[in-house]
Amino acid sequence: MPEPTPAPSGASPGAATAGKPAGKPSGATIELENLTKRYPGNPTPAVDCVNMEIKAGELVVFVGPSGCGKTTTMKMINRLIEPTSGRIRIDDEDVTDMDPVKLRRKIGYAIQSSGLFPHMTVAQNIALVPRMTGWPKGRTDARVEEMLDLVGLDPGEFRGRYPRQLSGGQQQRVGVARALAADPPVLLMDEPFGAVDPITRDHLQDELIRLQHELHKTIVFVTHDFDEAIKLGDRIAVLRERSHIAQFDTPEAILTNPADDFVSGFVGAGAALKRLNLTRVRDVEIVDVPTATVDDPLQSIFDKLRAGTTNEVLLLDRHRRPYKWLRRGDLMRARGSLARAGTLVHDTVTRDATLRDALEAVLTDNAGRVAVTGRRGEYEGVVDMETLMNSVHELLEEDRLDAVEHQHRLEEQRSQQTRQEQEGMPPGEPEDLS
Amino acid sequence: MTFWEYVGSRHEQLLADTYQHASAVFQCMVVATLIGVAIGVLTYRSEWAGNLAVTATATVLTVPSLALIGLLIPVTGLGVAPTVTALVLYGLLPIVRNAIVGLRGVDPSLVDAATGIGMSRFARLFRVELPLAWPPILTGIRVATQMLMGIAAIAAYASGPGLGNEIFRGISSLGSANALNQVLAGTLGIIVLALLFDAAYVLIGRLTIPRGIRA
Repeated sequence: MPEPTPAPSGASPGAATAGKPAGKPSGATIELENLTKRYPGNPTPAVDCVNMEIKAGELVVFVGPSGCGKTTTMKMINRLIEPTSGRIRIDDEDVTDMDPVKLRRKIGYAIQSSGLFPHMTVAQNIALVPRMTGWPKGRTDARVEEMLDLVGLDPGEFRGRYPRQLSGGQQQRVGVARALAADPPVLLMDEPFGAVDPITRDHLQDELIRLQHELHKTIVFVTHDFDEAIKLGDRIAVLRERSHIAQFDTPEAILTNPADDFVSGFVGAGAALKRLNLTRVRDVEIVDVPTATVDDPLQSIFDKLRAGTTNEVLLLDRHRRPYKWLRRGDLMRARGSLARAGTLVHDTVTRDATLRDALEAVLTDNAGRVAVTGRRGEYEGVVDMETLMNSVHELLEEDRLDAVEHQHRLEEQRSQQTRQEQEGMPPGEPEDLS
Repeated sequence: MTFWEYVGSRHEQLLADTYQHASAVFQCMVVATLIGVAIGVLTYRSEWAGNLAVTATATVLTVPSLALIGLLIPVTGLGVAPTVTALVLYGLLPIVRNAIVGLRGVDPSLVDAATGIGMSRFARLFRVELPLAWPPILTGIRVATQMLMGIAAIAAYASGPGLGNEIFRGISSLGSANALNQVLAGTLGIIVLALLFDAAYVLIGRLTIPRGIRA
């Protein structure tokens, strides 16, 4: 499919390929068709005619100002809120009229402030859905261990604890474990990280990305934090009041080509900077600079400095870790003593670092470059201001072209649809993608 | 005859009365708890139904116990029936009120979570809402029991069972040798019973309130 590249969602370390995880999605498709919610006594609907297709294994973020109906839209998927009209299809099965209790057992549900039951232990909380769906005890117990492991909590230590004996971040992990316990194809998350401190939130987001790389669930994630949406989403639905979709696209496309003023207002200032968060150092060109190790004879270092095209050499320590930058004059001034010459390397980045981190390091470095290191801190190359600028330009240009192409396709699709409607179906089909 | 000599000589009668008193209060409390919690469960979701239940049970409590038992005699006759009816009615208020307050006090996000992970209404009530509302309900039961201890003594007026008989006998024979001893024995018996019941509730609380929500 000539989709613009899906979000790399690449914060998971070790994911060598950007783009869609290669594994088979265990998720299900979700289709919302003309989904509407009216509350009695209120002339304007809370959610007005939402049409949306979510692919299997995709993480879609609903983002929008508070009161825009994003939570209502999400809660209609597991029918915690019954839609007034419209259809919901999960894996092509119409679930609009099925028994909501049965439906919900097939949809994981994680909410803000974890929603753990305080009178049950961690294990009892996680075992709830498997037990309700009639799993035998042995299988449930094994599953509880597995889920705790999955969310990074030691089963031996945490199984018997009560929620109040956990930190906010740990509670949230257990909440996710409970949502995933019966292995549902679809997971709904309602601002799950809204109530934890920023550092823990960052950590939990990374964990979610890692989980999603392993599990490939279809996840609908609601947040009002656009940065969170960019970090997590394969695609982002920016919603405005009454849950009208202002734009539904990849984070890259929304950042580089916001559909209208509402979206660009929501994206906020610094879209280009935010774009840097979506790209890793591994995705840009790394240049090589002349290097020497501390064990090299002085004379060879002199020769390198004189012969080299650049006027500096990166001195590596015995483990090949960047140690010092040496300029041509430095050795002279230090009277040939390596211990005193040059400037120490303060900051390095790994290939998994975001371009934003790299830019930060480059900006603070007095010569505008930063060494890239491997897993054990060994030297791999250098990123400098020029490389960064060029890569960012290329990225933005690429995004823009993708977005334009995408828009073309959308328009074509729409005109085709209109044609079909005019020929076949009666008019009055509600507008979509307004 | 001193008080202790009196107790010594009548201990069989006293023990029987005490046992009957405790048994009457206990049984009435079981019935009142079942009815009270049921009323709470049925009414807590609706604003007006809940308030109606609390007001109705509160109204019962404003009727003097002697008058209520007197009014019940023509309907139910003498003996156990008016006693049980009166005690259950009086026991309802604290239980109904605390059940409604407790059930309404359950964090709405937990109810949302319970529904969201696929619990039926029944499962949600019995596995989430009632367990979380149990501590206040138990407090209501405790208060009701202490109240009934005293009210049960009045039941002797309608020939009901219990330590009230001892007190009424004493009052009706004022001036006789044992009048004071009889009243004192009945009253002290009720106090001791009330303390024992209270201790039992502390134990029940320990055993039935899950560790995760114990204060």
